[in-house]
Amino acid sequence: MRTQRTGYWVGFVVVLGLLTVAPLVLPEFWRRFVTEILIWGLLAMSSDLLIGYTGMVSFGHSAFFGLGMYGTAAALLALGPPSLWLALSSGLVSAAVVAAFVAYFATRLRDIYFAITTLVFSQIFYVIIFTWTDMTGGENGLTFSQPPFSIPGLGSGRFTPVTLHWFVLGVVTLSYLGLRRITQSPFGMVLQSIRENEARTRAIGYHVERYKIVAVMLSGLFAGLAGVLYAIQNKFAAPDFVLFLVSGEAVIFNVMGGMGTLVGPVAGAAFFLLLREAFSRFFPEYYLIPVGVIFTLMVVFLPQGLLGFLRRRLNA
Amino acid sequence: MIPFEQLLVQAINGIVTGMILALVASGLTLIFGIMDVVNFAHGDLFMLGAYVGTTVFVTTGNFWLALLGACVTMAALGAALQITTLRPLLGRDPLTTILATFGISLVLQNYALWQYGPVPRKIMEPLTGHFQLFHIEYPWYRLLIAMLSAVIIGGLWLFMKYGTYGIWIRATTQDRLMASAMGIPVPRVHTGVFAIGAAMAAASGVLFAPLVGVNHAMGFDFTLRAFVVVVVGGMGNLGGSILASIFLSLLEAFASLWVSPAQAVIVSFIVLILTLLFRPTGLFVPTPK
Repeated sequence: MRTQRTGYWVGFVVVLGLLTVAPLVLPEFWRRFVTEILIWGLLAMSSDLLIGYTGMVSFGHSAFFGLGMYGTAAALLALGPPSLWLALSSGLVSAAVVAAFVAYFATRLRDIYFAITTLVFSQIFYVIIFTWTDMTGGENGLTFSQPPFSIPGLGSGRFTPVTLHWFVLGVVTLSYLGLRRITQSPFGMVLQSIRENEARTRAIGYHVERYKIVAVMLSGLFAGLAGVLYAIQNKFAAPDFVLFLVSGEAVIFNVMGGMGTLVGPVAGAAFFLLLREAFSRFFPEYYLIPVGVIFTLMVVFLPQGLLGFLRRRLNA
Repeated sequence: MIPFEQLLVQAINGIVTGMILALVASGLTLIFGIMDVVNFAHGDLFMLGAYVGTTVFVTTGNFWLALLGACVTMAALGAALQITTLRPLLGRDPLTTILATFGISLVLQNYALWQYGPVPRKIMEPLTGHFQLFHIEYPWYRLLIAMLSAVIIGGLWLFMKYGTYGIWIRATTQDRLMASAMGIPVPRVHTGVFAIGAAMAAASGVLFAPLVGVNHAMGFDFTLRAFVVVVVGGMGNLGGSILASIFLSLLEAFASLWVSPAQAVIVSFIVLILTLLFRPTGLFVPTPK
């Protein structure tokens, strides 16, 4: 146990160190690529809290992600001088409101019904955003300029690709540690016990629905955070990111990387983006054909995912 | 105030789309009821069936051959998909079937895009006549669709009720283990059911194709609608899904008198959420004791 934990932290520091120096040594394209992996990895981790730890497959994470993007856009376009922290909190609040709404209704259902309900909710938000052109820009979405990076009391400066990467890395690392703490807390233990046996958890006396609602809300909050980061990196919010394909990708990341490990989904996101990159060199628009085949094969033959074999060590 | 004729036209429209949806949804609910598989790729079977229909139609020029060809091709594809991806998943968590069929859906959708391109394709309707319905000309073909769908669903019902294989299917639904003890080849029944479901999806795809262009994205739309219908009607309940399809399509048709069709979809979503909150077993099933 002791050595396992030491091994884990050594690994953590090594990976963090590599990710910190990555933007300094990588060429422009791959620097951006790594930043993007981190952002999608955060989305993947957020849905892992539900899929891997609570046993609920959500097909609606695009709603949280997308609302995080639109919340950011709203703060940067409508409110005073563009401020990073204001944008961040606005994105988080929008995602949280949507997450609370979805959580309240969807957690009354189990298994596939939960999956379908979350899917339907994300579709409702998609239709609203897509058709409410005055407010959301409809199909075109909203574009804005990047807010400057600022630390209150210390001054501010423009984001360069390198500082943006570090900012994203910092947020994602803190989120990872937070999520890890959540899964190891008594609360997280109850979630895992719901995954293993919901009826028994209820019989012991836990209010299962309440735990599920909080789990969905937390998960939605972190998904929203990923949306905020993505919006800041790309300087736009678009309805495509509320579309269910993004939710589907979050699920793919989890399956590919290994559910219930938090790190696995990030690796899954990296693997997926690499596959997409590799295949889109050969068939630009149809990369999802080979990726879909690989995904289906992994569901059948490698249900643990790439890092599933490390599950015990990663949760140490 | 909306004039009465318009309400009637929308009611007929609603029933026609409802019947097509019922044909898609009954395949989905059949597959779910028998093997606990939530087929995320069902709408894509519908879409691909419609595309196969356009190919046969272009080569032969005969609508009925297109319908038949699409059904046979998609049944074969469905059987192949079931054997290769779903059969190994039997006995695992039903959620893994969502994931696997989601993968299949991605592949089918992008395959269609690759093979047929982004421009929608059309099939000419076999029946071009119109009849006078108040001030508008209403195409006979739409009524034909509703009737054909009813005939196919009725045929399925008779088959399930009286056919030997239908009895096998129902026995497998009730008790998989007992059915196999009685000598029913359960794995083959599963494959057969998936093939039937795929063929029904293809049939509805071809019937639907003359009304709108066939495009690669219509599959997801129908997957979602069929899910909503199947949940509202009660999972695994054939009669319930048919009633729910017609009910929801009527609601959407009436709603689109006031809002755009894109927004009218929200009405079915709201019905779904209300159903799940107040009657999670489905609107059209008897209250469980």
